Amino acid sequence: MEDRRTVIKAALGVGLGAVLPEVTLAQADPRNARPQDGDRFVITEGDRKGAVVKLDDLKTGAPPITVMPQDPANGTVRDGSRLNQILMVRIDEARLKDDTKARAAQGVVAYSAVCTHTGCDGLSWASDKLWFKCPCHETEFDAADSARVVNGPAPRRLPALPLKIVEGYVVAAGAFIGRAGVTAP
Amino acid sequence: MKTIKWFIPMLAAVLMPLNAPAQSKLPAPLPEYTPVTDARLLKPEAHNWLQIRGGYDGIGYSALDKINTGNVKRLVPVWSYSTGQLEGHQAPPIVNNGVMFISTPRNQVLALNAKTGAQIWRYQRDFADDVNHPHPTNRGVALYNDKVYLATMDAFVVCLDARTGKLVWETKLAENKANYYFTLAPLIAKGKVMVGSSGGEYGIRGFIAAVDAETGKEAWRTYTIPAPGEPGSETWQGDQWKSGGGSVWVTGNYDPKLGLAYFGTGNPGPWPADAHPGDNLYTTSVIALDVETGKIRGHHQYHWNDNWDWDEVSTPLLFDVKRNGRTFPALVHPGRNGYLWLLERKQDSVGFVDAKPFVKQEVFTAIDPKTGRPTYDDSKRLLVGKTTTFCPSHWGGKDWPPAAYNPKTNLIYIPAHENLCVTLAGEAKIAPYAPGKRYVGTDASKTRLFPREGAKYIGEVQAWDMNTGKKAWSYPYPDMDINWGPLLTTAGGLVFAGGSQDRKFRALDARNGKLLWEFVTNSGVTAMPSSYMVDGVQYIAVQSGWGVDAQKMTGRLNDSMNRKVTVPQGGVVWVFAVK
Repeated sequence: MEDRRTVIKAALGVGLGAVLPEVTLAQADPRNARPQDGDRFVITEGDRKGAVVKLDDLKTGAPPITVMPQDPANGTVRDGSRLNQILMVRIDEARLKDDTKARAAQGVVAYSAVCTHTGCDGLSWASDKLWFKCPCHETEFDAADSARVVNGPAPRRLPALPLKIVEGYVVAAGAFIGRAGVTAP
Repeated sequence: MKTIKWFIPMLAAVLMPLNAPAQSKLPAPLPEYTPVTDARLLKPEAHNWLQIRGGYDGIGYSALDKINTGNVKRLVPVWSYSTGQLEGHQAPPIVNNGVMFISTPRNQVLALNAKTGAQIWRYQRDFADDVNHPHPTNRGVALYNDKVYLATMDAFVVCLDARTGKLVWETKLAENKANYYFTLAPLIAKGKVMVGSSGGEYGIRGFIAAVDAETGKEAWRTYTIPAPGEPGSETWQGDQWKSGGGSVWVTGNYDPKLGLAYFGTGNPGPWPADAHPGDNLYTTSVIALDVETGKIRGHHQYHWNDNWDWDEVSTPLLFDVKRNGRTFPALVHPGRNGYLWLLERKQDSVGFVDAKPFVKQEVFTAIDPKTGRPTYDDSKRLLVGKTTTFCPSHWGGKDWPPAAYNPKTNLIYIPAHENLCVTLAGEAKIAPYAPGKRYVGTDASKTRLFPREGAKYIGEVQAWDMNTGKKAWSYPYPDMDINWGPLLTTAGGLVFAGGSQDRKFRALDARNGKLLWEFVTNSGVTAMPSSYMVDGVQYIAVQSGWGVDAQKMTGRLNDSMNRKVTVPQGGVVWVFAVK
């Protein structure tokens, strides 16, 4: 993160800011920046809105929660972009595929909450199959297997977010794997 | 020297403003362009297609007859053009003296030579990665004088130079982060560019706004949900008016004699009936706006306190109807609620004349003969925490694809869905409104769309005579296919219709519904067709590009019918002529 900020500052310093893509500059605002290694997470809806997510908050078999990343240095919630909505759910580790297990933290997995098809959020959950389902065009994603597309028109999986547990908190262990949101011409 | 050559374009790139639209290298601007004046919009030439439905009356009729029932079998494609976009292509080719303007999803406008398909210019507006646009489509551009107008996915109106495609001005009308976005084509009358907002599934407060065609300055704004104290506000409770929906998904039609623009409005939200008690004016209505001031001069609410997602988004068609020996200026609306509405245009009101179902409808138990107000079967109402099943489904007897009226046959043609039902489950607890968050109040994972038991077809084209109030014919689509196809009818005695998963674009005999011609396109046709003439040759033009609700319906029916229909995506402009 620091490296990128330094690059942006340097670019602005020599007057080349105008050639940077708008999205890059927007992400210079920590509220708009995508989740980063070390970020904690904040619950965005329901009775516990605003609470920082701990491992104990996530029970195996419970439905997913929707969270947004939080910069631990200053408490800034990265709520400036809808692409920072993240679905987090705890799954029996025995049901996770190897790649997914490697990114999970004690069975907790996290994915972009924005469908890669037309950018809808509000995905529903099938607890038996461990699938997310988009309300817009019915794409289903397998949460136990890298959120790959099981059915429907989405062109690619939901970007995964690697996790770790630090002092009992669920913490990002890196950036999204793949770009959050729609990829189209 | 080499360094300098390299440096100059680099410098130009550096100096370009951040928000400049991405534009391809432009060929020479059009040497000649015929301005689209008010007079031309009021009396469009038969060889042109200046507005999305051909004219202010919105009837989707071409007076050209060189392509007709006798020769349509020889209709073949003469050129095509890939738009480079996926998702729902719904915009018509608009043609002004040999120049075609066409919009696609993702804020793109193309100007093409209508005879050869050669590109004249291409415009694409830049937008942020996190733009909210759950219905990725655009329903067309509007022409006025020497400009082209586009309502964008991020809730701007942009004005382009028709000759070059260069941006003249842009005006932001709403906050996309709160999920206001535009899907409709602008309507332009008396120098006012009128647009309305989509976003009803996200708790918007719907509106229609007019901007000045020359300057882009906002002239007026009328909300489809009145604020406390305004007429109609008594039909809402508490603060629900602030996030009550009433989207304006589709372009209005215009009666120049009355100076009134007619717009259809969407449903109230969140969906369950008891989440928004009251009649909820002016949702699921037609409203008549004075184009000079935006003031609502009249309205008719098709059904009160909607809870079936029956947006009445389509704009009624404007033509004269004769009933009981009296000819009157009518509004004709095949409703999403499955009733065919006949209303009367008046200076200060909208009069109810008649309504009857055009598909099997199990929700209304009666219609008040004087007011048109329906009575409901309460068991069919969607409530918080309850599940209900009803027909027609939430996509209705007819969704947004426009109907067409042919003055020669005196028939209105309706792209209908018959025999479809749905089960919806109201959420037990609806989360409070939050800007940009889905605000529907149903558990989408429990939605089930299914054909009625024993049904032999779903999609169809129906023809009705409004003078008699009787159905003249029906063309049911084969293989339980669906119909999301806007219609075009012509003086050549034809009705053009796509809309199906089999990717076909077809011509029916306007008198009897007999299939006369069909062509398998690249994708599914959910766009408005148009017709025009250049150098004495008549063309039929349409985009093919499946997406949005048609795709969603395909997915839902795959679930319930245990089938695996897929329709390939990707937009192509098709232009046909008789050879």
